[in-house]
Amino acid sequence: MHTFDLNLEHITKVEGSAALELRVKNNKVEHVHFKITEHKRFFTEAIKGKPIAALPQLLARICGTCSNAHLLASIEACEHALGITPSEQTMLLRHLTIHGLIIRDHALHLYLFSMPDIFGKDAFLDFDENDPVEHQLLHDAFAIKKAGNELAMLVAGRSVHALHPTIGGFLHFPEKEGIAESLKKLEAIRPAVLRLVDVFKNAPFHFDRNTNFMALTTDKFRYLDGWIETSAGEKIPEEHYRDHVERIVLPYSQASAYKHNHDSYMVGSLARINLAKDRLHPRTKESLKDALALFPSTDIFHNNLAQAIEILHSIDDAMEILSTHTFTPEPIIKATPKAGVGIGVVEAPRGTLYHKVIIDDKGIVQEGEVIVPTGQNQVNIEEDIWRLTDELLAKDTPKETIAYEIEKLIRAYDPCMSCAAHFLKIDWY
Amino acid sequence: MSDPSTPSTSKIRIGWFSFSCCEDNTVIMTEVMNDHWQEWKKLFDFRHVRVLKSHNVLDELDIAFIEGAVASDTQAEKVREIRAKSKLVVAIGACAVVGMPSGQRNFFTEGQKKEIEFLVARFGALPKVLKLADVIKVDAEVGGCPIDPDKFLTAVNTLVKQFQQG
Repeated sequence: MHTFDLNLEHITKVEGSAALELRVKNNKVEHVHFKITEHKRFFTEAIKGKPIAALPQLLARICGTCSNAHLLASIEACEHALGITPSEQTMLLRHLTIHGLIIRDHALHLYLFSMPDIFGKDAFLDFDENDPVEHQLLHDAFAIKKAGNELAMLVAGRSVHALHPTIGGFLHFPEKEGIAESLKKLEAIRPAVLRLVDVFKNAPFHFDRNTNFMALTTDKFRYLDGWIETSAGEKIPEEHYRDHVERIVLPYSQASAYKHNHDSYMVGSLARINLAKDRLHPRTKESLKDALALFPSTDIFHNNLAQAIEILHSIDDAMEILSTHTFTPEPIIKATPKAGVGIGVVEAPRGTLYHKVIIDDKGIVQEGEVIVPTGQNQVNIEEDIWRLTDELLAKDTPKETIAYEIEKLIRAYDPCMSCAAHFLKIDWY
Repeated sequence: MSDPSTPSTSKIRIGWFSFSCCEDNTVIMTEVMNDHWQEWKKLFDFRHVRVLKSHNVLDELDIAFIEGAVASDTQAEKVREIRAKSKLVVAIGACAVVGMPSGQRNFFTEGQKKEIEFLVARFGALPKVLKLADVIKVDAEVGGCPIDPDKFLTAVNTLVKQFQQG
């Protein structure tokens, strides 16, 4: 019979940090608190009284990793509040911006955070350059990250807190030479992404559990528009999100958690691929038949595989957009402020991201709300840790191994504590 | 990366720490790594870089890079510990260098402060968010939100030269 009193200080190789308090008594988990403990920076309070034009760049600072997703969600919310409809070209440039983010961010997570677990290493940089497989993966990782980063720079000006996307359009437009260069680099990294998909298709970690999945989807596999689709077959319009995402206050966490229909749910790559794999780019589908046959999946570790698939999709879709369009300077669409509410919903790398803004007739922000993916996954993560630990205790697993298995599971969710938290330490009782 | 229990004598011992911020500079650092990882692998002993590795040791560092503002006593204590164990401390990014935008609550109206005071109290945050230099001596700064990759690289190369020349 195990009764643990163990303190594991920090979960590493995740975006930011948070805390987990786990109590085990007589071989049973008594409670799991996944604490999001980042000191609040009070963005939703700070926006009050600011002009709407200042909002997207300020809210991008919620998170460096997901900044361009916050930027695009906030821009959409502001445009809805102001009654602005972006041009077709603007939407294409925004799709390219998020594709750049997906490529870079998923690659960072898969290679630098998750892959060391598969190869039994402490760090990705510990991979052996004299081993042909590890040597290849080292080079693949930085080439993929770089191509994603450069796509974001080409279109949005920066991969972090991008400068070009703004309310009503873009401030700068990609030039032919840059597009040609990007197309070459994106094509060049395709084989590396196919190798990445293979690594996660064959990864030995599995944790199966039924949960609900939710994602913003449309008739194409894109991250910026559509309706909120659930695995129960619901299709919810963006503007009705608040009736379906129920806020839960966890007193031990600095962030809010959420449920849907009184139940936990999961957002992110696994949800997107489960719900919309048939809408992926045709070239991606052609290249990844075996991997895609594994979906829909209830294996949480397939979130990693789903991310690898999304990297290829983002490359293929970005290449199609870049090779079939020319981009010409367009004026920014302006609007006279009026009192209103705007909602912006995007699929950030880690899942559905909601921004809401309320402005007065002078365009001054009265209130706002931001719901991040990690907050939505929080209850699901806690429930999974609970079950995983109970299963490992039943097999008499040593507590150090349990701690490592929990870390691996948390990493598979790819939580972002900068969006929601900081300082992850595990307190065992 | 070397074994954390045995500090490398030939490599420059690096720490990378994040406090109250959005960690944009960590992302920039991993992007700069795209072109410099092979060189950095030879040059640096990454002793405490949570974004890169699990077994982190805070013992004796040559250079500690710190991003983020200081928002609680616990963070201030940690920052002082890093200072005591590091030959050089570099403030990275706007939140570390000027305390903003993480410290935006310092400039809230009385009404806004009232709205948030229960949360500040519940989680033991400082009454005022501090920039790094308010808490410890800082040897170098790379500002920006996020840092400019080229300026960061110039700062890193200058520091490396200092260490190589003894």
